[in-house]
Amino acid sequence: MTLSAANLSRLEGILGPGQVRSDSATLVSYAVEGAIPSAVAQPANAAAVSETVRFAAAEKLALIPCGGRTKLCMGMPPRRYDLALDLTHLSRIVYYDPGDLTVSAEAGMPLADLDSALAAHGQFLPLGPPFSARATVGGAIASGVDSPLRQFYGTARDFVIGAEFVTGTGAPAKSGGRVVKNVAGYDLHKLLIGSLGTLAVITGVNFKTFPLPPQRRTFVAHFADDQGALVLRRLIGASRLSPSTLEILSPEAARLLASTKDAGAQSDPRAWFHAEDWTLCAGFESSPEVCERYARELGRLAEEAQAAGGHLLQEKDSLALQAAIGRAAPIFLLASPAAVIFKVGLLPGKFSAVFAGLREIADRASLPSALLARGSGTVYFAFLPAGLDGQTVARLSRVAGAVFDLAAAQDGHAMIPWCPLEMKRLVNIWGPARPDFALMRSLKETFDPHVILSPGRFVGGL
Amino acid sequence: MDTRLIRELERIVGKEGVLSRTEDLILYEYDGSVEQGRPDCIVFPRTTAEVSRIARLAGRFNVPLVGRGAGTGLSGGALARQGGVLVVFSRMNRILELDCENQRAVVQPGVVNLDLTRAVERAGLHFAPDPSSQKSCTIGGNVAENAGGPHTLAYGVTANHVTGLELVLPDGEILRVGGKTADVLGYDLTGLLVGSEGTLALITEITVKLSRLPEDVKTLLAIFDAVDQATETVVEITARGITPAACEMLDGWTLRVVEDFVHAGFPRDSAAVLLLEVEGLSEAVTVQAAAIEDVCRRNRAREIRMARDARERELLWKGRKGAFGAIGRVSPSYYALDGVIPRTRLPQTLRRVSEIGRRFGFQIANIFHAGDGNLHPIILFDPRDPEQFQRAVAAAGEIMKHCVEVGGTLTGEHGIGMEKDQLMPLLFSETDLDLMRRVREAFNPGSRLNPGKIIPAGKGCGEIRARPVSNPPASTI
Repeated sequence: MTLSAANLSRLEGILGPGQVRSDSATLVSYAVEGAIPSAVAQPANAAAVSETVRFAAAEKLALIPCGGRTKLCMGMPPRRYDLALDLTHLSRIVYYDPGDLTVSAEAGMPLADLDSALAAHGQFLPLGPPFSARATVGGAIASGVDSPLRQFYGTARDFVIGAEFVTGTGAPAKSGGRVVKNVAGYDLHKLLIGSLGTLAVITGVNFKTFPLPPQRRTFVAHFADDQGALVLRRLIGASRLSPSTLEILSPEAARLLASTKDAGAQSDPRAWFHAEDWTLCAGFESSPEVCERYARELGRLAEEAQAAGGHLLQEKDSLALQAAIGRAAPIFLLASPAAVIFKVGLLPGKFSAVFAGLREIADRASLPSALLARGSGTVYFAFLPAGLDGQTVARLSRVAGAVFDLAAAQDGHAMIPWCPLEMKRLVNIWGPARPDFALMRSLKETFDPHVILSPGRFVGGL
Repeated sequence: MDTRLIRELERIVGKEGVLSRTEDLILYEYDGSVEQGRPDCIVFPRTTAEVSRIARLAGRFNVPLVGRGAGTGLSGGALARQGGVLVVFSRMNRILELDCENQRAVVQPGVVNLDLTRAVERAGLHFAPDPSSQKSCTIGGNVAENAGGPHTLAYGVTANHVTGLELVLPDGEILRVGGKTADVLGYDLTGLLVGSEGTLALITEITVKLSRLPEDVKTLLAIFDAVDQATETVVEITARGITPAACEMLDGWTLRVVEDFVHAGFPRDSAAVLLLEVEGLSEAVTVQAAAIEDVCRRNRAREIRMARDARERELLWKGRKGAFGAIGRVSPSYYALDGVIPRTRLPQTLRRVSEIGRRFGFQIANIFHAGDGNLHPIILFDPRDPEQFQRAVAAAGEIMKHCVEVGGTLTGEHGIGMEKDQLMPLLFSETDLDLMRRVREAFNPGSRLNPGKIIPAGKGCGEIRARPVSNPPASTI
């Protein structure tokens, strides 16, 4: 459906002059997996978002909320897409009580801006999504991405304490609150995390913030094979240490990450990421006394795991390494014109079997691959074919079924956050249907009865 | 109650699994709150399949269905407000699986909170949520209420420790949501269900995370001559980014009552004490304890004592966790409130609470999770005097309203239940509540499961519902 001229001017009447755009250059820049909207609305505040959604609901116009537009390619292609709802004008901090370690930010606020506001008070959010240079608060929440820091801080569901949003009828609603502990009412904001804009348009998010640690260090250990890295992971898991990050990289992943430059780094990243080795990176952050203890003990455990080598990165290199790992997905995507990245959720005890299974799948299909595993149990596995042609896409699609099966057989699950659009015509990136889908569908109907919010992008065509 | 329903329930769980005589029902009309609600019959299932059959049966007879664990809840969540079948999970109390390497356990809802920790302690693990009732409360109840406890300051509430659930919908359908992995595929149904106070589904199996026991623990008791000094200390500890594992406060009246009962060593002439605990690597604990001592001294703490061994530490905690029993000895009844405020508002709020107490003519005791701004003002009253009870409820209402006014919330860990549903409009608009109502409808059509909880039926009058009560049992927070 395209927006009629009459509708365009009605929308402009609601939002004000200049807040609705429909020139083709603009529209193309809001494309979602091949679908191009007929208009872009840029509401100035939450009330205007609500008005816009109400208008869209009345006119049965499908809309997709967006911020920095860095992760719009996630999800299945939308079934319909009439209106891009650009939230970047909602970019304020609504409330910040540094003494309470709580902050409330509008959805379109760039995370980088929020980070600097928090840093001014010695605080931060452990959100660190990929593409963070342009990512917004709302997008980071709606896309459900994680960061290496989840090892210690958990994911958004652990530190989002409330949200304001607009449902598919245009009703402004909220859940949670601004305090760190709250059990009043249903935690609807948890449903919005990772929902890709299919339940509601997030207009504001309330967070618990964290004090910036006095020192950040990373211990890097190298191994000839994955088994050594897994032994070290297990040893760390069974120790008293609680590192802030714990990542395992395959040699291919290390090689790709080594090729990125970081202005802040003191050393060449090839010093930490060896292209021939499996790498385990354990980040830790605390006072100097505690960091010393970590360095000492990690060194001892690495020796016990028979690491080929290990070294300690000081503050600047540590941050550069963590940033590189945080950017792994974009780096993998650049490495191949047809990169497919799987996200596999697992218990860490299943790593060994799953690593082997994934490599076997890649070898059988003669596809180059790279693996990055978070110690808490998430594996990112990228297939990196040299070209994007019909045959490759068909091969990747067959491989997808094998990965879904492998994850399920190991009590986990897999989905595909990033892959070529061509592949989505053959594969449902969300994997096979699960028994709790019926409940998800009724929630979708509850939040979005007219099916206008990002229709089709989510699990099971929601 | 229809005797045919009782016969059919007996067919499902056996004669010994059903109670329906008045003298039995009376035992289940209370929980730890000041509320009351008598079921028409009580059933004790052993398996998920039985729960499913019970749910279907209750549907066929169109009677309410309410889940219950140990009944230690503090907001009436496990009371059969509109009668019906009360499903008590005490016989579903098995730990089904322990996976220490991956730090997971799968338990039935009737497993007692502390029993899980006892079962994994030898492996160096524990189940982190630790409500004061942890010796008796069940994990199913913890999940329903999203329970907290003193150590949630560092570890988070129950929701942060649950990855998957098996549930029975009101129509008897058995489903699994989430799983053992920390990652969620699709909408986070587990996150929605934890804390839904038994209004969306009956939970029949729970997958929880187990946390590693700390290497070192230091417990400090900071003693103050003025309440303001103690609250200002909490403000400064928070603002400086020091993260103790627990930070509990007892005011002067409370610590004296506790001291008489528990002999924990609280100085009877002080105005307030903070019970602070730091955990982690021994190096970290040393640094943090020193930082905390420094803040306490700057705020004119009269004395700071550090527990020298496990026995001294346990004694201090006994004073904290046994406080409600102690208060029960000196007051015919009490009304324990649960509110949260931004921690920066702690000093002014405690002054306000004491002013409200004076104005309404009540002693209000304060013993609470200061570190996360979770207040528990306790209004002491005589329930035999209906006028006094009405007054206590009015005072409670003012305290709750103040919490909301300063940016806080109505409950940090006890739940809304049937106690505060009428206050929900203070926090949420009619649109917010309507959305919650429709979410409930998606799981629990017609609200036959645990009716009359969380969301006010009508517009909500903004007052706590007052009802005459007899002496409620001593509860724990």
